[in-house]
Amino acid sequence: MKLRARSSRRRFLARGVGAAGAAMLSGCDALSHTEWFPKVLAAGETLNRSAHHLIGRRAMAQEFSTADLSPDFRSNGTSMPNNPAYQALAAASFADYRLEVGGLVQRPARFSLAELRALPSRTQITRHDCVEGWSAIAKWKGARLAALLDSVGVKPEARYVVLHCADPMEEDGTGLYYESIDMDDAMHVQTLLAYELNDRALPIKNGAPIRLRVERQLGYKHAKYVLRLELVESFSRIAGGMGGYWEDQGYEWYAGI
Amino acid sequence: MSSGTSQIPAARPRRSGSYLYYRHALPVRLMHWINVVALTILLLSGLNIFSAHPALYWGKSSYTGRGPVFQIGAREDDGGNAVGVTHIFGRDFVTTGFLGASTTSDGEVIERTFPAWLTIPDSRWLAMARRWHFFFAWVFVINGLCYVAYSIGSRHLARDLAPDRTDWRSIGRSIVDHLRLKHPVGEAAKRYNVLQKLTYLTVIFLLLPLTILMGMAMSPWLDGLLPGWVDLVGGRQSARTLHFIAAWLIVAFVLIHVVEAIIAGFWNELRSMISGRYRVETEAIDETAR
Repeated sequence: MKLRARSSRRRFLARGVGAAGAAMLSGCDALSHTEWFPKVLAAGETLNRSAHHLIGRRAMAQEFSTADLSPDFRSNGTSMPNNPAYQALAAASFADYRLEVGGLVQRPARFSLAELRALPSRTQITRHDCVEGWSAIAKWKGARLAALLDSVGVKPEARYVVLHCADPMEEDGTGLYYESIDMDDAMHVQTLLAYELNDRALPIKNGAPIRLRVERQLGYKHAKYVLRLELVESFSRIAGGMGGYWEDQGYEWYAGI
Repeated sequence: MSSGTSQIPAARPRRSGSYLYYRHALPVRLMHWINVVALTILLLSGLNIFSAHPALYWGKSSYTGRGPVFQIGAREDDGGNAVGVTHIFGRDFVTTGFLGASTTSDGEVIERTFPAWLTIPDSRWLAMARRWHFFFAWVFVINGLCYVAYSIGSRHLARDLAPDRTDWRSIGRSIVDHLRLKHPVGEAAKRYNVLQKLTYLTVIFLLLPLTILMGMAMSPWLDGLLPGWVDLVGGRQSARTLHFIAAWLIVAFVLIHVVEAIIAGFWNELRSMISGRYRVETEAIDETAR
């Protein structure tokens, strides 16, 4: 009698725990689809950003030796932009490529690849960390973004560098990839407009002719196929307003974690 | 456990019967349940994050020339059905139904790293899973720091968790008792036994901090804080693997913890973690007298 009572109590308890678990999970899913709850959750990422910034904005990303190089630097996302204008540039080996620099700068300018190569450069072996979880190590050479920005003169009200890219993210050729970084990251020693990967011209699958290297942030910040830099005070009026293609899809603007 | 140490004096018959003993102080109970919620969400959102690249590696990067040490994937059989395959140290195991491929609510078997009921959110949604994960990571860390501060300040750590000389002497017997599923009753149940103390100390001061640290090692920003610190455990991908292993060790701890509570008297244990009050059976004193 007592035994039966106990076993039915156990069954009741097991069911109760199961039901509570299921309710919690479906509750979490329902909350994920609300307008407000993800904003509450985003407090966690805001805290990450503040805590990290407290630690220091100038710290260097770890650099590696040639022994650490990944055999192949994998291509993720776009490997050939579905964009006729880009494909025409690529067909001519980017001879007609010009990086446009505009927005809040003293002297808007256009840089050919040769001019970018003539800027002060840096070579670094760094680890690329994708938001998905994988890492790859590669050697990059590129123009220091700080040197380029100094050459055009950044206006004091500029707070972000927006990178406009050639790769459409939608099948119909719209939704051009873009990204943005703040001035601290833009002026960082390791922030490059990379034109070489592992001692060779940057391949198309990895973002030719120019991709951003902004070490200490996740892969999606490292915009490929960069066509234009725009210095802005705010990115809220650009595309979805969150500062980048993936940011507009709900990923964090600050990708240091 | 006896951070309150106040007994309820009204009922304390000398020979037999029982009385309620105030075993867990309010802050400990509160922080315990916050931890239950935070760790559950961290685990389930973590599994969703893992699904974005369901492979683990050892080393500084994922592409070292060596393959993954662990991978959950799927292939199609001749009939075009998804077959879940889990790869561990060079061996493949078919894990359809749970890992790699599982059944949806419509009864269809689809490619999925983990079944929907094991992830937050239930669909593969990396951006949202990261939001859940980082929010509750802060809840977990702040709660943990409060716990450590409280435990030191209130002497919960020194009084209830640190093993004393008697504990060390009783370790052999405690192991045998645990193996026989025999648990302290009566007065002895008012305090943690030595294996319990050592387990809690290991989890609180080694396993949980390791999990947090290995999570932080995955942050490219925090890696730059002291360049190279992540290489102490073999690199970022090793840290990711350790984070994953540590998470399952926490799950293993929780399973043992719950099973022990069930064996030791589930309702009594549960009540003591909710109201703080644990029923001590006084007639059992003689059987288990120390």
